Order: sequence, then C-alpha cells, then structure tokens
Amino acid sequence: MTPDPVSHKQLSPADWKRIEQDPEFRALVAAKRRFILPATLFFLAYFFALPILVGFQPELMSRNVFGHVNLAYLFALSQFFMAWALAFWYLRRASAFDQAATSIRRSAGDLS
Amino acid sequence: MNTSLLMFLAIVFITLLITWWASRRSSTTRDFYAAGRSITGFQNGLAVAGDYMSAASFLGIAGLIAFYGYDGFMYSVGFLVAYLTVLLLVAEPLRNTGKYTMADVLAFRLRARPVRTVAAISTLTVSLFYMVAQMVGAGSLVNLLIPAVSFNSAIVIVGVLMIVYVVFGGMLATTWVQIVKAVLLMAGTTLLSILVMNAFGFSFARFFEAISQVTGTFKDASGTTITRDFTQPGLRYHDTTGAIDLISLGVALIFGTAGLPHILVRFYTVPDAKTARSSVVWAMILIGAFYIMTTFLGFGAATLVGKANIGVRLAGATATEYIATHPEKSDVLNAQLAKTGYIVPTPNNNLAAPLLAEALGGEIFLAFIAAVAFATILAVVAGLTIAASSAFAHDVWLNVVKKGVENEKEQVQVARITAFVIGALSIGLGIGLKSLNVAFLVGLAFAVAASANVPSIILTLFWRRFNTTGMVCGMLVGLVSSLLLIAVSPAVMGIDPPSTTTRHLIQQTALFPLENPALISVPLGFLAAWLGTLLRREPSSEEKYSELNVRSNTGLGAEV
Repeated sequence: MTPDPVSHKQLSPADWKRIEQDPEFRALVAAKRRFILPATLFFLAYFFALPILVGFQPELMSRNVFGHVNLAYLFALSQFFMAWALAFWYLRRASAFDQAATSIRRSAGDLS
Repeated sequence: MNTSLLMFLAIVFITLLITWWASRRSSTTRDFYAAGRSITGFQNGLAVAGDYMSAASFLGIAGLIAFYGYDGFMYSVGFLVAYLTVLLLVAEPLRNTGKYTMADVLAFRLRARPVRTVAAISTLTVSLFYMVAQMVGAGSLVNLLIPAVSFNSAIVIVGVLMIVYVVFGGMLATTWVQIVKAVLLMAGTTLLSILVMNAFGFSFARFFEAISQVTGTFKDASGTTITRDFTQPGLRYHDTTGAIDLISLGVALIFGTAGLPHILVRFYTVPDAKTARSSVVWAMILIGAFYIMTTFLGFGAATLVGKANIGVRLAGATATEYIATHPEKSDVLNAQLAKTGYIVPTPNNNLAAPLLAEALGGEIFLAFIAAVAFATILAVVAGLTIAASSAFAHDVWLNVVKKGVENEKEQVQVARITAFVIGALSIGLGIGLKSLNVAFLVGLAFAVAASANVPSIILTLFWRRFNTTGMVCGMLVGLVSSLLLIAVSPAVMGIDPPSTTTRHLIQQTALFPLENPALISVPLGFLAAWLGTLLRREPSSEEKYSELNVRSNTGLGAEV
C-alpha cells in the first residue's frame, strides 16, 4: 500500500477535532447541508412522483397532451432535464464550497 | 460463416486492437492506480458512462420498451436520476477519504478486518449479479449471429473469451476499453436513432402515432383482459402489485448506483474531489442523452420490427421442420412465415436493438451494432472483474488474510483466480437465467447494491455514532434479505404451463409478490445498521469521525 501523504500525518486526533470545531469549517458544512439536503429531498420527491403516478393513476397519465404524446412520457422526459438542471446548479454552487475548503486546508498548513 | 458474422468479428478485433494499443501507451506509468489519479474530468466522465451503460442499457431497455412499451422507459429514467445521489452524497466524500476500493471508505474509522471481509463479500455478490446479466446479453448476441451455436455454448464460449481477455490482457486496458466503448456506443445509438426518425420522416407526431398503433394486453386482478397501446403505462407494471413493484424498482435504481463497487472505484482515478464532481456531471450528460435515445431504439423496434419478430429466426427447411414438430403453434408460425419468410419460435427481447439495426441498415449495420453491443459487454465485464478481484485481493487477501504484508506476485495470482471463479459462476448462472431480460437482471444487481452497500456508505459519512457492529449488521441484513426476497420472488418462482420453453427456476407459486425487493430490503438494511449501532458504543469510531468529517468536506490529506 502507498503510504499516506505526509502533509496531514502530523495532525493528531486533537487537531482534527479542532478543525472540526473551527467556525470556518462549521460554516462550510452548514452551507453544504443547506444546499444538499433540500436538493436531495426535492429530487427524491420529483423522481418518486413518477412511479407513483404512473403506477396508481395510469389512466390520468395516459392522457394525451399533443398528438399521441401523453403526460406519462412528458413527465418521464422532464426527469432528465430536472437531473441536468440540478447537477449544473450544484456545480455552480460547489465552487464556493471549494474556495472555503481551500482556505481551511491552507490554515491547516496543507498548502498542496 | 456468413458476412455479418465476419463483419462482426472484424469489428470486435479492431476494437480489441485499439484497446491494446491504447493500453500500451498508458503502460509506461509505473503504478496503474496512482497514474489513474491523473485522469481528467471529461475522460473519467466518459469512462464512468462506459462502465455504466451495460448490455442492460443497450439491449435490455430497448427490449423492454419493444415488448412492453412505455413501462420499459422507467429504467432509463431511474438509471440517470440515480446519478444525483452519486453527485450530491457520495462521489466527493469518497474521493476525499478512500484509496482503491469501496471498503477503504468503510474501513476508515471502523475495524478493518470485519468491515473489509463483509464489504468484499457484498462486492463479489453485486458484481456477480451484474456479470450474469452481461453473459446473458452476450449469449443472446452470439446465438443471433450464429444460430448453429446453441445459447448455452454461446454463453460458455463468450464468457471464457471475456474472462481470458480481462485476466491476461485487460487490467491495464480497462479505462481505455470504457472510453472506446462509450464513444462507439454513443455513435451507434445516435445513428440508429436518426435512422428510426428517418423512417418516420423526422416527424415526432408520426412516430408517436405509429407507437400508439402497437398494442399489448394483460389480465388485471379481476381476470379481465385489458388492452393498452405502447405509449401508455401499465403493460408490464399494472394493478397495485405492479405499482408497488415500479416504486421498488425506483428505490433500487436511485440508491443502487451509489453502491455499485465498479462505479465507485472510478472516482479514485481523478486528482481531486472537484474533478470527481465534474466527471459525474460529464457522465450525466452522456448517460442522459443515451437514455433519452433508448426511446427511439425501443419504440423503433416495436414499430418497425414488431414484438413477434424479435428473436432468433429460422427460415427455409429448418422453419418448416420446426413447425411440423410443434403443431400447437403451427397457425401462428405459418402466418409469420408467409408474411416475413422466417419464424421466431421463442421471442427474445434482448435482441431488439440488433434486429432494429438489421431492419434499418441491413446485415452490415447489424454487424456494426452487434459489435458495439459486444464491446459494451466486454468493457463492463472488464470493469466488474477488476472491481471484484481487487475487492478480494486487496481487501480480503492482503488486509485480512495476510494482515497487510504484501507479496505482489501472490496478490496478482489471487486476483486472477478470483476473476476465473467469478467468471465461471456467472457463466453457470447465466445459463440458468437465460430467459430473463438483461435490464431486469441488472435491476436486481442494483437492488442488492442499494440494500447492502448504500446504508453503510451513507451512515459512515454522515452519522458520528455509526460503528463496526452497525456496518456488519446492516450490510449482511441488506445482502441476505435482498437475495432471499429475490429467490422467492416471481422472477425465480412461478408455475409455467408445460408447453412454454422458458421456465421459472422453481416451479411453485412465488412467496413474495414483488419482482424487485428494494422497497423492503433497503429499509431493512438501514434499520439493521441503525439497530446494530445502538447495540454497543465504539469510542474509536466516534473519535475518528472528526478526521473523516474534515477530510471528506475539505479534501485535507486526500490521497494524491
């Protein structure tokens, strides 16, 4: 096995605990949670609405919207765009998390 | 030997050559895994997509849509949305805290020996399920191209070839097989989709009009026969049981991806968490585009080929002979023979995509698409074999049996033997389960991964109190409950009328109503992990959570 990089090896359990309680780190974790938790709940709700509606209300979902394209197909298709939109949104938000993480790494003395 | 077979062999040979050449170029790096950390986000996105879009996606989903219409599309949706779980919850923490295998993250703050042993068992099981699906797909393909070779011999030949390739030549090549295959698969699928739309004058209205002309029937709970057209849901999942099964499938797909060992290890090949994140997004773009196109493949096969014509075809003397020996089906088969010039004694939905290619572009296009499918299967088998054998060689052999004392030659030997054993088992199971759709089989692999692996991965990352007892309980309960429920589900148990050729493994009424167990087994896995954790306290795990927490959120001290 490759040995762990040296940079963080000097950190003791007490050091990790100190960083964990540092306001900067706590702010980062809180900011991430504020985005990730609602985003996860949202996509789970949006996704599971599909099998629930299709499974229990097939007649409603079979209603045509235009031509022979029905609600069930459009809702399924919308899931793709929902997933892409949420992914890009997260990508944009995460660059702020990266900055905070870099700053925490710096103050911990890990400049790599 | 026919032309399409020769074409097929030529294309497969060229693909292997490209892979071999590419892998030689990357072989200058001293350490494959460390070198892997230099893979870019886009390359890794391609490789993740290549690892993920298996025979299930290409052959399986197309087949389900071709046979059941809309309901098959549910797989496509779940397979993509699942990546949000990976993106938001798993990819970055995993990259920041692990080294080579899924078990690294779990062993980070828990006791290594029990954790690695259980995680390896789970990895081997999930990979085996996944592999069986690929074998069934490969067997169907070869059986289509060379009808003289029976399905069983096809699986054995293909299985042995793949394992030999992977074990002796493929370790280094895997990432490049994935990339080459992802490009081929996207190209083949796009081309097929364009040809399908061309057949409908590039008019979605006409395409959907044609789909709505195709109908299927099922018997509802009260025994009434109900007819639905292919744009409508319900042909596969109907009534309350069907609806619950559909939700259960959703649970398996949405959580399962985050527990697939061969996908998770791909996030160790990039330099940092940021690249891991961007590679997931790249993968989502490719995978999403591909799954939207499964609509064209599946509905195209349903409208342009037709359900009854999908399967290995017999013509001429063989056809008349078959009809003579099967008088009970002679009316239907004679009608088919008169109309198309061939008969399909046993429809096989795994062949929808290749036969659509033949209908649209003749033998050459069939050979091309079959070769793409074959490369797809090969790439996925390579990824699975590496994940499985490294789980055994790295986690069990090195860290548990040898207690960390390395002997490289011995480890490679162990990895090879593991690959052979996994290969042999999957060939055997593939023959037993050949009548099942490959997307369905992969759905079961996702259910096992979601039930066994995901509770432990999520809890070790986000719950300070989590400990070794909880991990072992959660993983074993998730694994055993999902396997047991599958064994007594309608996928394995059922009573077939004597005339049918494809039979359930156990001829008894199913004890469990759902085909996919995830709705029950995933909560069971979480529950067992939680209860197991409450059984005892593990101060060392709680103390080390601070380090895990800081590392997973900041990348401080991540493997470089």
